Amino acid sequence: MNELLNTEVIFLIGANTTEAHPVTGYRIKQAVRNGRKLIVADPRKIELAKYADIWLRQRPGTDIALINGLAHVILRDDLWDRKFVADRSEGFDEWREIVEQYNPKRVEQITGVKAELLEEAARMFGQAERASIVYAMGITQHISGTQNVLSLANLAILTGNVGKEGAGVYPLRGQNNVQGACDMGGLPNYYPGYQLVESEESREKFAKFWGVELPEKVGLTVTDMMDAAYAGEIKAMYIMGENPVLSDPDANHVIEALKNLDFLVVQDIFMTETAELAEVVLPGASFAEKTGTFTNTERRIQRVRQAISLRGNSKPDSEIIVALANKMGHAWSYPRGPVEIMEEIARCTPSYAGISFDRLETRGIQWPCPSPDHPGTPFLHKDTFTRGKGKFHAVHYMPAAEEPDEEYPLLLTTGRNLYQFHTGSMSRRSKLERMRPEELMMIHPNTAREYKLKDKDYVQVESRRGEVQTKIQVTDHIPPGMVFLTFHYKETPTNRLTINATDPVSNIPELKICGVRIKKIKPSLISK
Amino acid sequence: MVSIKINGNLYNVPADYTILKAAEENGIDIPTLCYEEGLTITGACRMCVVEVKGARKLLAACATPVTDGMEVQTESERVVSARRDILRLLIANHDLRCLTCERNGDCRLQDYCYRYQVEDTPYKGAKKEYPIDTDNHFFIRDYSKCIKCGKCVLICAEVNGAHVYDFMERGFDTKVTSAFDDNLQETTCTACGMCVNVCPVGALVEKSVLWQGRPWEVKKVTTTCGYCGVGCQLKLKVKDDRIIGVAAAKSGSNLGHLCAKGQFGWEYVQSNDRLTDPLIKRNGVFEKVSWDEALTYVANRLKAIWQEHGGQAFAGLTSAKCTNEENYLFQKFMRTILKTNNVDHCARL
Amino acid sequence: MKGILVCGGTGCISNNSRLVHDAIEKELSQQGLEAEFELKYTGCHGFCEMGPLVLITPEEEFYCRVKPEDVPNLIDSLKQGKVYEELLYVDPTTKEKIKTRHDVPFYQKQQRLVLKNCGIIDPENIDDYINSGGYKSLHKVLTTMQPEEVIQEIKASGLRGRGGGGFPTGIKWEFARKSTADKKYIICNADEGDPGAFMDRSISEGDPHAVLEGMLIGGYAIGAWEGYIYIRAEYPLAVKRLSIAIEQAEAKGYLGQNILGSDFSFSIKIKQGAGAFVCGEETALMESIQGNRGMPRPRPPYPAVKGLWDRPTNINNVETFANVPVIIGMGSEQYSQIGTEKSKGTKIFALTGKLNNTGLAEVPMGITLREIVFDIGGGISGGKKFKAVQIGGPSGGCLTEEHLDLPIDYDSLLEAGAMMGSGGLVVMDESTCMVELARFFLSFTRHESCGKCTPCREGNTRLLEILQRIVDGKGEKEDLERLQSLGENIIMSSICGLGQTAPNPILSTLKFFRHEYELHVEKKICPAGVCKGMISYKIIEEKCKACGICKKNCPVEAIAGEKKQPHKIDPAKCAQCGVCMEKCPFEAIIRG
Repeated sequence: MNELLNTEVIFLIGANTTEAHPVTGYRIKQAVRNGRKLIVADPRKIELAKYADIWLRQRPGTDIALINGLAHVILRDDLWDRKFVADRSEGFDEWREIVEQYNPKRVEQITGVKAELLEEAARMFGQAERASIVYAMGITQHISGTQNVLSLANLAILTGNVGKEGAGVYPLRGQNNVQGACDMGGLPNYYPGYQLVESEESREKFAKFWGVELPEKVGLTVTDMMDAAYAGEIKAMYIMGENPVLSDPDANHVIEALKNLDFLVVQDIFMTETAELAEVVLPGASFAEKTGTFTNTERRIQRVRQAISLRGNSKPDSEIIVALANKMGHAWSYPRGPVEIMEEIARCTPSYAGISFDRLETRGIQWPCPSPDHPGTPFLHKDTFTRGKGKFHAVHYMPAAEEPDEEYPLLLTTGRNLYQFHTGSMSRRSKLERMRPEELMMIHPNTAREYKLKDKDYVQVESRRGEVQTKIQVTDHIPPGMVFLTFHYKETPTNRLTINATDPVSNIPELKICGVRIKKIKPSLISK
Repeated sequence: MVSIKINGNLYNVPADYTILKAAEENGIDIPTLCYEEGLTITGACRMCVVEVKGARKLLAACATPVTDGMEVQTESERVVSARRDILRLLIANHDLRCLTCERNGDCRLQDYCYRYQVEDTPYKGAKKEYPIDTDNHFFIRDYSKCIKCGKCVLICAEVNGAHVYDFMERGFDTKVTSAFDDNLQETTCTACGMCVNVCPVGALVEKSVLWQGRPWEVKKVTTTCGYCGVGCQLKLKVKDDRIIGVAAAKSGSNLGHLCAKGQFGWEYVQSNDRLTDPLIKRNGVFEKVSWDEALTYVANRLKAIWQEHGGQAFAGLTSAKCTNEENYLFQKFMRTILKTNNVDHCARL
Repeated sequence: MKGILVCGGTGCISNNSRLVHDAIEKELSQQGLEAEFELKYTGCHGFCEMGPLVLITPEEEFYCRVKPEDVPNLIDSLKQGKVYEELLYVDPTTKEKIKTRHDVPFYQKQQRLVLKNCGIIDPENIDDYINSGGYKSLHKVLTTMQPEEVIQEIKASGLRGRGGGGFPTGIKWEFARKSTADKKYIICNADEGDPGAFMDRSISEGDPHAVLEGMLIGGYAIGAWEGYIYIRAEYPLAVKRLSIAIEQAEAKGYLGQNILGSDFSFSIKIKQGAGAFVCGEETALMESIQGNRGMPRPRPPYPAVKGLWDRPTNINNVETFANVPVIIGMGSEQYSQIGTEKSKGTKIFALTGKLNNTGLAEVPMGITLREIVFDIGGGISGGKKFKAVQIGGPSGGCLTEEHLDLPIDYDSLLEAGAMMGSGGLVVMDESTCMVELARFFLSFTRHESCGKCTPCREGNTRLLEILQRIVDGKGEKEDLERLQSLGENIIMSSICGLGQTAPNPILSTLKFFRHEYELHVEKKICPAGVCKGMISYKIIEEKCKACGICKKNCPVEAIAGEKKQPHKIDPAKCAQCGVCMEKCPFEAIIRG
């Protein structure tokens, strides 16, 4: 993250860093203040757009066209890293054929970004010795999310901005331990350390390590689980520290799915909207009441330390799982607690093999850390890519699953604000609530005028899947024809509107684009 | 590398070092009030002045680069005399109600007065007094205690970019404040609290710590922020098993910087809404039960469904908010006990 | 053709020289004499108290205090080729009328190199400047000299910064030359802030092209192509004349692209300052140009390495730049003949205070204080006794009778506890209280402190409080020691020149007039009779005739007394104004 201070050009796309990852936002601002160049690509006039040397305001969902367009100009103007491409990549020729179709004029037609501006950005990025790409959910939460990420990877490989200090691709993770939850195998297709469930070798390894037989079939992702529950195929769910009723797309569908279960057990620190639907609720512990580790967005494993004692009869989540395992007839035992669990993780997870609580006492370590004397790895792909050579993936622009149409003429995009977090169960129970106590749907002045709306009016927002009520904020932060909502407020459960169309590879839902319509309502109609 | 003499001893240090850094690395403590690593060096407080052979004036160690052959005295008679006067001047224009100050015992001004045996000031005269500003939700601004080190101004401008503060008036009337002296709520303030964290005295203090305990009674527990994926390191301030506030920690990649959520978003931990007992829903109503009852109940339900439908009937959501150890156990539970790979979390949201 | 040169400096303009000019213009046209006389405005002659001044060329007839109503007679005389005796300068000692400017004692010991055009040329006409040899030095530099040679020449001339510090200009240029960057800047510091000093204003108003020419040569030497003149907004006339000069120089190709057909391009912008004294400090000045609050930066890095917008920057003041064309013109060898061993050339002083002649005087370095005060300044006014000179502005120091024969240069002044500063020179006579003087100067510097560093912000306030206490008659015994030690610490530890010199007036008066301080503190006596806190008025009973005049005249009703009874002054009510003593016909009231 601090490497952003040493890069020459930062290309920020689909990330509202100053609100969602404020400290990373500070670094970008500091870099700009120190004379680094910043290119921002975002349909919204985010704070960093003001800091940007070039702001590309692409239409939502046209990222691939934009990125291919940048690559097109970099190729055309001979600003690419021939040596790097020759030595360390494959698939270039095939990819090049595709990219050649994305000339600036065509890109302008798709994205709405002026050809000259695109060329200027491409030159700025291409000419830099060290450039970095920063992205977040604005790139991933599309049905083309994986393709979007791959096209950014193409751009990085093309310009040789991989595996050196002050350059690279930085995905920003939304939650404190998304990285860790993935690393630990909290995924349907991976065991800890991204060891494939499908691979017989790793399955055997874990079967042996855990001393049990393991299921072969790759599991379901969240959205598929909900569908399966809705269809009656999933009978029971165990949900720990998640609130899908507010966080997942098409909330009405999620609620129906959960209600359809035979048994739901939720483990959380609050009676969340999801917990309300459970048969059993188990009280877990917050980060301040337990020990362990979190892994941040730069793969840095850091300590979590108990500061205060447990609330009431609640228990650390690890103890609950162990106790439940025992009730299920399995003799799990970690008398030394999380320290001992980490020892087990290190034994079965090669990238964590050198991690121990002792080593994390003074500062965090970035994985891969394969042995106890390994210092950790600040940047990946230094000499080789994980897969050997970096692969150019030929990707084409494709439109969103549900573009606005006559019936639902406005484009809804969703995101976060600075003072709230995720579904609000934490931040709304703090003083931060006073900074932003309610949803304010952003709407452009022109659009507001069309609907005869003024600032602080109330509207009902409807999509094909549901409806919510909200106060509005009239602002040029977003372009005309578009509205913006967060998913922080249970009074305005935005995900009742969103679509659960997902990316076929990663299963990420397309939370950034769906069609909605609005109508003005009286404040009294707001359902509390 | 250059070689310099500090207090008569020879040291080799990199040529781009300042005197302060050279001294610091060699275990020589030079007092500072306005210096903060990572911020522009202003050389404003003059606490760190040292005597350099050949220089007509005393030089600020924080701002002066080392040169080869430089000879520095950090505690000479001239240096100590200047520092003592600076301290006397500062306390002459400072609210000295230290007895009840939240920073009592954790105050640089106090520490240096002790170190240089400045018990009192001969400079009795005008004193700048301001009403305490309590208007914002998160911290008080008590400018009668401000020593104009300017670190709040800098961190707000240079790290956050909010530019909330600047100096107003000049000379003796100089005051740190917001544009037009506005209430912070009406400024660009994003409530990151970094100004509070860098204040060396009791001018900026979190509201949550007021009257909650003396600094030496407060335990500081370094941990990782529970909000976003940046993973900022912070210190929870704990008194009598209660969190009363947060201080930034410099050990992580956040370098002592925090945002509103990390700094002021911790109160949910002690919310009355916290779940304290296992609950089982009976006839549509949750009832408190013992752990044994709850876990037995869950185990029985799961076993029954397993027997009827097998592992593929189960799904589990693990948590991006829980620790690595918990996530590991959760997926291990799903895979080894419920025999399903249907485990996921909201990585994508 | 004769020239009638009306002074258009700020001093003469405020004495209505514009009306004089217009009257002459009218008279010439009425009499149809336009073809015989060329009328124009010039810059300042420096002898402002004699203004409005009118100079007749080529004879250099010098007319003082010309009023519009004098004009018809003056023109009549000129028409007849006669001298108009009524307006000639009268030597106050010999009562002799003096015909030409160079015979006036005020000018006799001057050596006007930098000011040579002031009062002679029309500052709003570039041709006047060119005709008097202007831009020749620039031409010489651009056509025959390499930048390094220019620097060598300035170094060899021994020119030192005229703004205060006295740093060798050539070395400063060399530092800036050696710094590499995409861009460099030249800044002319015209933020003349010392009260009473107005040499930079006079040059800017009277010979603005000389400043531009100096900047151009400097720009060529260090490799800069952009210049700023930072000037106080309180100098509207100077701003106007510099702006006109820039426009004219651009039109003539002395500014802009490929100057005089060379590869050298240079542009100049004017930035007006809001009048903070501290913005005369070079780093604060640059902050101000950048749009920030005018507060000094720590040095190093010096401006030559990291200055304006973090680029290498050379900054000199107006007088320094105005010296540059002179040096290039006459050559360093000849220039360095003037002055002392380590201080070359001339220095312009602003003479004020208890002198017969006040104004601007340009003198060679090494001249004695006695020559300045008694020859140029014409001695102490009112026949009083010389007491001291405050030299170097509000943060300079004072010199006494024992220094009268000291040859003045940068180093001798520093050694004597004063400094050259910008060249302010305030002369005090025996009626000046030195404690009150120090208090006065401190009140200025305290007010002008930017507030950044602790010693200056807090310390000067405390120094002033102590001095105030002393002049109020409430001084404590420890106060002198406090002044001394705090003053020294402020000098030692402040961040910029303002704080590092602010206590100078105290320390030098403490050194040379300690006895006066002691009397104030220990005996509560102000020997000069200035400090109100020390004065009390008393009615001598035996002399009082109970006339009641004092009582009637007292503005604060502090005097009581019945008819035929001796009156009494209530010291609690008395405001020490002294009216009673002045009005008493029987000298019955005394001051103690």
